[in-house]
Amino acid sequence: MDYVPAISRWIHLLAGVMWIGLLYYFNFVQVAALKAAQADSTAAGITKHVAPRALFYFRWAAVVTWLAGAALLGANFGNAFLLSPSHAAIGMGAWLGTIMLLNVWGIIWPNQKKILGIVQATDEEKNKARRRAFLASRFNVMLSMPMLFLMAAGGHSAIFFGA
Amino acid sequence: MKNPLDSLWGTVVLGAVLTVIFYFVVKALIGG
Repeated sequence: MDYVPAISRWIHLLAGVMWIGLLYYFNFVQVAALKAAQADSTAAGITKHVAPRALFYFRWAAVVTWLAGAALLGANFGNAFLLSPSHAAIGMGAWLGTIMLLNVWGIIWPNQKKILGIVQATDEEKNKARRRAFLASRFNVMLSMPMLFLMAAGGHSAIFFGA
Repeated sequence: MKNPLDSLWGTVVLGAVLTVIFYFVVKALIGG
């Protein structure tokens, strides 16, 4: 067994499932659940107990996914990010994943800290943060679709691209 | 105009459209 690619591929998949799984949980479940919970004054259960835990695993799974992906690319890291023909599919997927990671740490998490009261913010700042975090999260759901397609296609070019 | 990202299904449709676009971009890069 070639240990580094084998183990990094396994970790990449495990962490990736956790990252994108939690992203889909936030967008497909929690947004609507929070709206309903706010109507019957039970939102604190989600914002106090669920969201901080989910966000912890979400943001760190994103980092582990990216690092394991970089390890998996190994010597082909440059070929992938430079979109050379032999690595165009996985490279484009890697670019989308990288943009998503930057979105998590640069937009979603800083704004979530304001929303959850981890950092001080006025009500107006919290409302702006809510909108920014929401749109960044939705943007990542949108990017996840081509990203996952290209990740799957990366190792199966003949099936996906006939090349 | 309403932002399609406000709707979950608008987001999914945008993702599907983007997937098709990336498919052809990557196909062109590969030379297929």
